[in-house]
Amino acid sequence: MLMVSFLTFAAFSLISGDAAIAALGTSATPERLAALRAELGLDRPLLVRYGKWLLGFFTGDLGVSISYQQPVGELLAPKIRLTLWLSLVSFLLITAVSIPLGVLTAGRRRFEGTRTALNQLGMAVPPFFTGMLLSWVFGVGLKWFAPGQFPDAKEDFAGAAVYLLFAAAALSIPRIAMTVRMLRSTVQEELGKDYVRTAIARGNDRGQVLRRHVLKNALPPVVTFLAQTMAEIVAGSIVVEQVFVIPGLGRMLVSSIGGRDYPVVQAIVVILALWVVLAGTAADLINQRMDPRLRLGGAA
Amino acid sequence: MKRKFLAVLLLLGLLGTVLCGCGGGSADKTPEGGQTSGSNEPAAQPAETRANEITVGIAQDLDESLDPHVAVAAGTKEVMFNVFEGLVKPTPDGDLIPAVASAFTSDAATYTFTLREGVKFHNGDPVEMGDVIYSIDRNRLPGESGAEPLIPALAAIQSMEAEGDTLTITLDQPNNEFLSYLTLAILPEDYDGQDTAPVGTGPFKFVSRAAQDNIVLERFEDYWGQGAYLDKVTFKIIENSDSILMSLQSGAVDLFAHLTSTQAAQLGDEFNIEEGTMNLVQAMYLNHAEKPFDDVRVRQALCYAIDRQQILDLAFDGYGSLIGSSMYPAFGKYFDDSLTNYYTYDVEKAKSLLADAGYPDGFSMTITVPSNYQPHIDTAQVIVEQLKEVGVTAEIQLVEWGSWLSDVYAGRQYQATVVGVDASTMTARALLERFSSTAGNNFINYNDSEYDAFFQEAVSAADDAAQTAAYKQAEANLTKNAANVYIQDLADLVAVRKGLEGVRFYPIYVLDLSGIRYTALSRRDVVI
Repeated sequence: MLMVSFLTFAAFSLISGDAAIAALGTSATPERLAALRAELGLDRPLLVRYGKWLLGFFTGDLGVSISYQQPVGELLAPKIRLTLWLSLVSFLLITAVSIPLGVLTAGRRRFEGTRTALNQLGMAVPPFFTGMLLSWVFGVGLKWFAPGQFPDAKEDFAGAAVYLLFAAAALSIPRIAMTVRMLRSTVQEELGKDYVRTAIARGNDRGQVLRRHVLKNALPPVVTFLAQTMAEIVAGSIVVEQVFVIPGLGRMLVSSIGGRDYPVVQAIVVILALWVVLAGTAADLINQRMDPRLRLGGAA
Repeated sequence: MKRKFLAVLLLLGLLGTVLCGCGGGSADKTPEGGQTSGSNEPAAQPAETRANEITVGIAQDLDESLDPHVAVAAGTKEVMFNVFEGLVKPTPDGDLIPAVASAFTSDAATYTFTLREGVKFHNGDPVEMGDVIYSIDRNRLPGESGAEPLIPALAAIQSMEAEGDTLTITLDQPNNEFLSYLTLAILPEDYDGQDTAPVGTGPFKFVSRAAQDNIVLERFEDYWGQGAYLDKVTFKIIENSDSILMSLQSGAVDLFAHLTSTQAAQLGDEFNIEEGTMNLVQAMYLNHAEKPFDDVRVRQALCYAIDRQQILDLAFDGYGSLIGSSMYPAFGKYFDDSLTNYYTYDVEKAKSLLADAGYPDGFSMTITVPSNYQPHIDTAQVIVEQLKEVGVTAEIQLVEWGSWLSDVYAGRQYQATVVGVDASTMTARALLERFSSTAGNNFINYNDSEYDAFFQEAVSAADDAAQTAAYKQAEANLTKNAANVYIQDLADLVAVRKGLEGVRFYPIYVLDLSGIRYTALSRRDVVI
């Protein structure tokens, strides 16, 4: 994470335009720019600035947003919450839809062509487009939610949940398709193995075999994949947040980069990096729980 | 095993805490506008208890200080226009009327203002002379650490004398445009929270803002004049152009300004489309420090080669008003319409001028365009096609806004750029000053002694007539020298939900909320 935060910091020095000119816009003159840069501390060398930020980070001080003049923590808290909810709902949706779908359709030959086609479609259509389509059909058309008016969860929990569901759906569809395909192939692979044939030959119920044995072997790669998805979702949420007008972390990141709001970008990037690490760790833990072979130091 | 289990439990607990928002910051006051119940009813349906409030959509957040003396973005000033006032304020016709001052007289170099009785700030404090002087001085004097004054033109003030409720400002020489600068906001002297919680004297007061989400304004009950009609206005930030459309159609948003003609065409019967002007000088600005744009014949050739009406037809569905110099029609007396069609569309003339200048086979160039302004991108694309006819191969280079500001505007590293320039104050000076050779914001590197002379003459003119004439000569200079390829003042299309009325257009980039109200018919349903 140290690397990530340093790279982000350094990246800003490489792109043209800094916080001073972003703040002053067309009223910038060389004198005003110089004065603002001095005020913001932008005239100090890169390493000094980075060191200062790092020090602040470890003492819990994420700095103050240059654009909004608000403490970064306070600014981002509601957005982190929202993006987290969106990611969670997406994740649940992906898991709830793709695992049953993947398992049930594995090994079935009927409608192979249609299923593959649908799968490809699901993977190929970008969340941006799906989002707009969903907003159009369910929002403007059927009026199940009002695009552009994300309700305050404290006042209208049901409304907020429905709204998030649609946004999550747009985000999830490509990943459901990918997960289904992955699950189908791993389950199919397992089904072809000897132990399955043995179990069925012995008289075990097919469904039981699937659940008790095959799934446990087929899932680890899928769990890892889902963890990666979890990390990815937060990145994908940027686009969905824009289409559904949800004030989440993604939109904040994009606008802060454009506005060269370094403290905010740094904080968000570190949070995202943390998120990726956590998702990966969670995946490892789950996998180890399911498969003793993966545990370090042998089975419990 | 147990430790790992605990770790997972801890993780889940942390997740839960963050998700439920306990212990997290609560900088998030996001009241919605227009609905009192749920989210499924569109605002247009008259319900018995529809509140007297609207939601206005804006495409960009006010991501800077809200302090009116410090804020620079046009979008910020557009919204905060409703929160602040100066001694005088503008009218839709471009005149200046007394605001915080109840009356004013001017006599060449002396201005006398009478402070209005009973004006209150949004925090309840009465406006006093000290606040007025503080506000003017804040813009007039150099900042701490020697930074230049916020409004350099106020250096013309020789002395300010306050006696009771009368303020007399004496300038070092007569200046017809001086009054415009006194639209600067009057702020309370002893308040330092303007950056995030601004306090002014306008018909609306600032309530809250949630970054990249919304800004909420409410009617100021103690306004000195005829207050606003609406009780509350929520500005919702929506960047995506399709989401803008859907928000209007779903009822989430009641008003959205600066729409494209495509968006306006897609809105149905629930909306009226009001048409004003953006008050921008859109042009293909040419960098005179770059060959071949230092040659007037080349610049003139470009002017002849571009069919501006076609740009309006192809990129803007015919909307927009053509201009011929750095001035737009809303400026009234300063606008010289004879310059508008100085350069007619003439491909042959363009080719012969290019041949004279030494480019019989044309040349290639790069047009740098900021990627966040679709109108300018569309314009540039039409220009590229038109220039092909005269042998000029133009390539569009899209850059992000921050890069445009730093590379093109400040760094002047470009050949041509398509952008719209606005007037920061309602003065001709604001639109023309940048072309004088010593101006700090002369991003086209224009250097013409005749222009400098005209501009100086205008700035130091004794009376209004002489000043207007001198400014017009400066404009004519820009046209004759083809300083840039001037195109248009873009049309400002505003979608207003049926049932609302009172949108007024100004010659500056503002959104005046004070006149907006529900029509009498739809007001019948409003609970007071």
